[in-house]
Amino acid sequence: MAELLFWPALVAYAEAAVAFWGNARRPGTYGLLGTWGVRLGWLAQTGLLAAQAVRANGFPWDTWAGSLNLFVWLLVGAYLIWGCQARFRLLGLGVMPLVFGLLLLAWAGGGTAVGSESRYSDLFLVLHVGFVLAAFAGFTLAAALSGLYLWQEHQLKRHEGARMLRLRAPSLVSLDTLAGRTIAVALPALTLGIGAGLARLASDGGGLDPLMIFTGLAWLIYAVFLVVRYGLGWHGRRAAVLALLGFVLVILVRVGLPVTHFS
Amino acid sequence: MRLVVVGISHHKAPVELRELVALESTQAARLAAELAEDGEAVCLSTCNRTELYLAGQDGAAAEARAVEALVRLSDAREAELTPFLYRLSDDEAALHLFRVSAGLDSMVPGEGEILGQVRAAYEAGVTGPLLDRAFRQALHAGRKARSETGIGEHPASVASVAAALAEQVFDDIRNRRVLLIGAGKTGESTARNFVSRGAAVSVVANRTPERARELADRFGGQPVALEDVERELERADVVVSSTSSRGFVLAREQVERAVRARRGRPLFLIDIAVPRDLDPAINDLEGCYLYNIDDLQAVVVENVAARMRHAARAEAIVASEAERFRLWRASLEVVPAIASLRARAEQIRAAELAKAETRLGRLSDGERETVESLTAQIVNKLLHLPTVRMKEAAAAPDGVVYADALRHLFGLGDDRAPENRQPR
Repeated sequence: MAELLFWPALVAYAEAAVAFWGNARRPGTYGLLGTWGVRLGWLAQTGLLAAQAVRANGFPWDTWAGSLNLFVWLLVGAYLIWGCQARFRLLGLGVMPLVFGLLLLAWAGGGTAVGSESRYSDLFLVLHVGFVLAAFAGFTLAAALSGLYLWQEHQLKRHEGARMLRLRAPSLVSLDTLAGRTIAVALPALTLGIGAGLARLASDGGGLDPLMIFTGLAWLIYAVFLVVRYGLGWHGRRAAVLALLGFVLVILVRVGLPVTHFS
Repeated sequence: MRLVVVGISHHKAPVELRELVALESTQAARLAAELAEDGEAVCLSTCNRTELYLAGQDGAAAEARAVEALVRLSDAREAELTPFLYRLSDDEAALHLFRVSAGLDSMVPGEGEILGQVRAAYEAGVTGPLLDRAFRQALHAGRKARSETGIGEHPASVASVAAALAEQVFDDIRNRRVLLIGAGKTGESTARNFVSRGAAVSVVANRTPERARELADRFGGQPVALEDVERELERADVVVSSTSSRGFVLAREQVERAVRARRGRPLFLIDIAVPRDLDPAINDLEGCYLYNIDDLQAVVVENVAARMRHAARAEAIVASEAERFRLWRASLEVVPAIASLRARAEQIRAAELAKAETRLGRLSDGERETVESLTAQIVNKLLHLPTVRMKEAAAAPDGVVYADALRHLFGLGDDRAPENRQPR
């Protein structure tokens, strides 16, 4: 029965995606509907994850589809921290269709089933998956913020003033600051996740795989991001491009996950 | 009770005439007190209009007083002023006030200041039942038109567009540093708009040091020579330039050097000078956003068009509020007749109870209360439907006929003001 919670979550996320699209055309009520869609969807998904956690025999998100389900939840949760503000609704237009698609994919892969058997379950795995997915959710949001920054900057440079004032996206300074802060929080989470993974590798044995190398590269790019941003004063376009570059590696890792870790 | 407005506005009158009849708030309050006599008066004066709203039993006399006041203010003869005046009464006057309050009669539709100006005029006026209701409902209509349509959403002046765009860069422009280059009027008004949103004009640069100092004193900033502007660029967030220089005041190379020292902080530049002051190539520099007067005007034109699209919905809101006001006003016509009817019924009830006093003498206090309450309820129930129907009928053009019929049928005295009595 608890599996049915998947549907209200999916429907609410879809409603939010459509409402945010409507909000971009006519700001106002649609934005409010979108925000409530995100909130209700996240509550339904929280219920689903709680049911999965209670009924599973071990760690319930150790498949690629299951981890995708958890990742979506973390992504929406992070978005909800500040995404409900009216000026960040335009960001929902980028985040919510992605959330809808990924949750649907998780369902197709069986990641939303309740009471499944777990093959692995130890503390290292929980910490590893939890921290890495939380970090990836943060990087995804930072990429969305950076993408919106580049779009808005392009509009400003092209003097598309009327359109910008109609859409009322967050300001460049807000987007830049928020992307920096998100990465500043996500990178330590990734560091802990990698640390837990390496500890497990050391205790259980095994070698490096390409995915780990890509993860390390992503870590390096985000570390460079923080150094140049807070140390050398890189702001704006260059910082946004660097954040997007790091996200390309995050996508590669996410896509490669089923092949290397869950095969 | 009649409602009258006599006014002069940007639709017909040139600024030379409008400024003659413009009133400061204290003058408006004094004139309202003078015009009210034994009625009501509110004087609304903005840079685009001066309107005198009067309510009284004699509409023609009120109108004459208002015209005379405007003639006196303008120092012109009435015949000279008449072509520029408009005079509206009753429902038309109310609709006009509601449209003014919603910004639908403004030069820029939906402009935000008028609602505050209407409120200030109302508060300074001498109001009674009619103007009090009219102005409260006008303020409500104005707020509703703004909140339910996008008529007031898009900035529609060069200065406000510039400030709104700066907010797209900085989010909050409070405490941002504005560098004002040149001491032109447009530049000053643009800078003033930034200041009204919390920014600070920290530096004023001008070719004439005296003028720079004068303007800097007014804004609380520092005067500098034009040659020192490049140094100031490192610290500024917004640059507003409006000199009468023939060449560029700031070249790309100068700004490029400053950008390096700014460590990625964005710089928003507004060039409202013609010929332009700022090298257009500055816009290509990372973190620099340059808007000239044409760029800003283009946004204004688009925003005004957007406001016009919303105006149709705002007109519908205003019309519905005006209709509500008309119904309320119409109900005032029958209120005296209804009051007379109720008074007459109560008089009969009290008289009949008094007549039955000897027979009711044996009743206990409780029983007596029951009889009182019972008779009062019978009267109320009998009169409830006629009262409701009378108020409904009052909204119709022949509503007054029902009031007359009521007076005739129940033998009520004529409670109307003398000028409202029509020969039949």
